[in-house]
Amino acid sequence: MDLHTLPVYRLSELMARKEVSSEEITRAHLECINRTEDRVKAMVTVTAEAALDQARAVDDRRAAGEELSSLAGVPMAIIDNICTMGVKTTCASHMLYNFIPPYDAEVVSRLKDTGAILMGKCNMDEFSIGPADEERGPQAPASRSDGGAAAVAAGEAAFVLGADTEGSLRQSAARCGVIGLKPTYGRVSRYGLISYASSLDQIGPLVRDMQDLALVLNAICGHDARDSTAAAVKVPDYRKCLINDVRGLKVGLPLEYLAHVEPQSAAVVRQAADRLAELGAICREVSMPHTAYALPAHYIISAAEASSNLARYDGVRYGFRVDDEDVQGMFSKSRGRGFGRAVKTRIMLGTYVLSAANYDDYYVKALKTRTLVQQDFERVFEKCDCLLAPTGSGIACCDPAADLSATCDVAANLAGLPSLSLPFGLVDGLPVGLQFMARHFDEEVLLRVGYTWQENTKHKNKP
Amino acid sequence: MQISGKDVGQLAFLSRLDLTADDLTICTKSLNEILGYLTVLEELDTGAVKPALHVRPIKNVLREDALQPGLEREQVLANGPEVEDGAFVVPRIV
Repeated sequence: MDLHTLPVYRLSELMARKEVSSEEITRAHLECINRTEDRVKAMVTVTAEAALDQARAVDDRRAAGEELSSLAGVPMAIIDNICTMGVKTTCASHMLYNFIPPYDAEVVSRLKDTGAILMGKCNMDEFSIGPADEERGPQAPASRSDGGAAAVAAGEAAFVLGADTEGSLRQSAARCGVIGLKPTYGRVSRYGLISYASSLDQIGPLVRDMQDLALVLNAICGHDARDSTAAAVKVPDYRKCLINDVRGLKVGLPLEYLAHVEPQSAAVVRQAADRLAELGAICREVSMPHTAYALPAHYIISAAEASSNLARYDGVRYGFRVDDEDVQGMFSKSRGRGFGRAVKTRIMLGTYVLSAANYDDYYVKALKTRTLVQQDFERVFEKCDCLLAPTGSGIACCDPAADLSATCDVAANLAGLPSLSLPFGLVDGLPVGLQFMARHFDEEVLLRVGYTWQENTKHKNKP
Repeated sequence: MQISGKDVGQLAFLSRLDLTADDLTICTKSLNEILGYLTVLEELDTGAVKPALHVRPIKNVLREDALQPGLEREQVLANGPEVEDGAFVVPRIV
């Protein structure tokens, strides 16, 4: 039995029936890491010994007859911008090459409480912003944006927590043929998520099965006093939302999204809509006229917030430092060498759009555009329960760094809406993602439509 | 609108980023590409629209002003590049 290929819920059943131990499962995933990591490069840190210790501890608790969570003993990995106590957390940046957080992010402590096993930290773009410069020193991790999704697809971890500021979690899920959910802004605590753009950032799961998504959401969602935006909104039992029935569900197809992608991607979405209609959903075209303006507005807002958030890296309290006799020189040299060019460019863009001369033309303009994008959603959600669109630019393209591929995804961040990317299957040999968006805090409908899709379509995940 | 290498030098100064000559050339090119792309927003009439600062209506969250457990000093200092006598060390400021 290839334990590293099984979904979380199956591993959980096998452990509950004592057919396999967490230690065996953890070893199978570690062997997978050893076998595939050279090629996949999904992880920046692997905590093999600690993982095995945790697994044995879970096995002991189970042997002692303790009632355990469904995630107990299940191997997970965490993206490298979510703080893990005692385990290096670098944001795939030279700036944080040696940073060891003294605390766990709220999501990490919640998952540890369930008994999930931490296998290590996943690769990402530097600070989620862009690829690190290639000529950086040996200390700089080679950043790779799809780390979390690749780890799940390859069987290096049964599930991963990633972060989504501009669609990266959903796009990487689509490119790797796995499931990725960006929950509603405020559904999951961001305490311990290293900030990039605070009004857009959200933590979400990457999994291989909709049932796994429900189990992980049950563990991580809910209010947290340490994140004032983590809303005190009732959290349902997401397992109960796994309903294989979309009869009567109103699904909107935003025409502007379809016009924004290659014809093959639009065709895939229409094909998916036809399939959902056969299953009883009511699909209709809708218009969201401000779609094209979401990406430039997002670019301005994320740059502005990044320039402010990344001001904390000054070489004083943590991270990389270049010594200088002058304190300003120490700041500038540490930041100049510590950050890659993509990050420096984004910081300077943020400084530019926030400067007095440009504030109204760029930053305020972007905030007003954000209102218009939100109003587009409010209008369509009067008539629809969810929206169906391509993920990213739809067809996984050969140049995933192409900035414009985010067009279809950033609107959900601007409006704070939950958004689910599902694997559609292969088109021309490349994995394609379908994206479903819903109203604030209505992850339920996404689980319902995602589960129905999964149970009624035959798609195979390919690493 | 185009910005010059000199403008970018000023942005780098304000952002406390020491740029190499290569950085300056490449970042200036990238910034001009991005700013060129952002001009698409000019065609959008946003005169009467209110800016969105948040995605949902949010309000200040207050808590009782009571002592809460925090990190120990050693934990806080553990990641410091230079630490002495329980404090972070920086170059002389005054």
